[in-house]
Amino acid sequence: MKAKTADKLATSIIVAVAAFIVLILAGLLGYILFRGLGHISFDFLTSAPETIRKGGGIGPQLFNSIFLLVLTMIITIPIGLGAGIYMSEYAPPNRITNSIRLIVEVLSSVPSIIVGLFGLLILVNMFGLGFSLFSGALALTVFNLPLMVRITEQALKGVPREQKEASLALGLSKWKTITSVMLPIALPVILTGTILAAGRVFGEAAALLFTAGMSSPRLDFTDWNPFSPFSPLNPFRPAETLAVHIWKINSEGLAPDAAQIAAGASAVLVITVLLFNFAARWLGRYMHRKFTAIK
Amino acid sequence: MAQSLERQKAKPHLVEEWVGKIYTLICILFLIITIVSLVYFVASKGLSTFFVNHVNVADLLTGLKWSPDGEPALYGALPFIFGSFSTSLLAALIAAPLSFCAAVFMIEIAPKFGRKFLQPVIELLAGIPSVVYGFVGLSVIVPFFRDVFPGQGVGIAAGALVLSIMILPTITTIATDALAALPKGLKEGSYALGATRWQTIYRIVLPTTLPALMTGIVLGIARAFGEALAVQMVIGNAPHIPRSLFESASTLTSAITLNMGNTATGTVANNALWSLALILMLMTFVFVFIVRWLEGRSKI
Repeated sequence: MKAKTADKLATSIIVAVAAFIVLILAGLLGYILFRGLGHISFDFLTSAPETIRKGGGIGPQLFNSIFLLVLTMIITIPIGLGAGIYMSEYAPPNRITNSIRLIVEVLSSVPSIIVGLFGLLILVNMFGLGFSLFSGALALTVFNLPLMVRITEQALKGVPREQKEASLALGLSKWKTITSVMLPIALPVILTGTILAAGRVFGEAAALLFTAGMSSPRLDFTDWNPFSPFSPLNPFRPAETLAVHIWKINSEGLAPDAAQIAAGASAVLVITVLLFNFAARWLGRYMHRKFTAIK
Repeated sequence: MAQSLERQKAKPHLVEEWVGKIYTLICILFLIITIVSLVYFVASKGLSTFFVNHVNVADLLTGLKWSPDGEPALYGALPFIFGSFSTSLLAALIAAPLSFCAAVFMIEIAPKFGRKFLQPVIELLAGIPSVVYGFVGLSVIVPFFRDVFPGQGVGIAAGALVLSIMILPTITTIATDALAALPKGLKEGSYALGATRWQTIYRIVLPTTLPALMTGIVLGIARAFGEALAVQMVIGNAPHIPRSLFESASTLTSAITLNMGNTATGTVANNALWSLALILMLMTFVFVFIVRWLEGRSKI
């Protein structure tokens, strides 16, 4: 075959494959939204699920997912930022630092189901937290921390050296330099990464099966006392999240409209993740524009 | 007098510096303690099957029958190990060529369209939760297989297909980064010699980026290997080695997911599940080390 013919053939194959992938993606998103959107209504989003009858909603699950996300991020962000700052600024370049980096890498690739099992063993049984939102949030923290550390580390590494040195030359302490000069510059990258990590937390299920549990008590949305067992705000109650709910009704759902509920819940989950993605992109671009005075 | 005043001024700086140092150190120590205890507890639980319950290691790794309630109770995990490897390798086999084509398309053929449109969409795909993939697999792929092939539609083929879509973004993103990071001179030199685009791609681009592409594939396999719920939903969960790709099977993760809640802590059946988790974790380490080794080779 002549080189030019081969080139044309290969190019068309690659373009065809790329088109095929776009088609799959569009089909996937279209299918989820098309099947699910029809089922989403205000009532579906707010009412409690039914076990055997038709017409159950996903209200408590949606609330649990959001609450769990907030709890997780409250725990993850300070620890992740601190560890990331240490790795990027304080860690001496030696063998210990390299092994810490390896440890973080290993932790980031441990399957989420194992994180869930670890949570079951340590948090639920050993610390006696039981199947609770708090156990779930801690398990998700373990699952999310490596990502947060890597985001922070990379963001801080991206800060121009001159700005750091100028600040140090003015006599600021290293910590002050990090918090007042470097973090604001790195903020757009950190924020974008954090929002994407939040999207990952929102859809996680395997780590939650054995930590946050697979059931939700009848929540009383008029009771906002965090110590009452039926209050939505009580962090020590079991909480089934939206992703876990989708899994559960697909494997053991008894309601006659289980497929529709799963479709609706999937659509809600995907839309939320899409929103997180767009928010991250928009915010990153907005802050970049704001900080760098580029039109 | 002047000296002491200076010392007083310098003090807040030092305090602040120490607070920062100690705070970040505590954070990193927390991280290290977490991972060390995770490895320790999973390993000690997983090994207690062999040391406390005296199940033979070889029997567990090569046994074909998993029946904890049987008489005698058998703990053969080979069907699960086989299921995990076959689904994840098959998934990589499907996803790798597609990802490579997508990456070449984005970098070499249509960079503007690729960067602006295809890449964001593929990144978005990476964020879709795995249960949603499982749900789509269960409501589209499984019925399709059931109609076209003999059997119930569930099985290794369905699992591998769902996983391949899931790991497509992982492999594509890494392949794209690798292609984009290639020094411009290499490609321009090839074009200057009169090579066509395809010749340049498979003679220059592919060999030089091969370690990075392999890294992407290994990371994809690792992700597929550890994925629990999406696979569990479409694989059928029969604890034996299937005779065809369209017959119900199981993976390590699906066995753990399904049975962990039904066994009491401390029993042999429960510990055997922890052994499966240990195998899963050890495989993760193997994948991490393969990736490290590949990264060490990819410095051009």
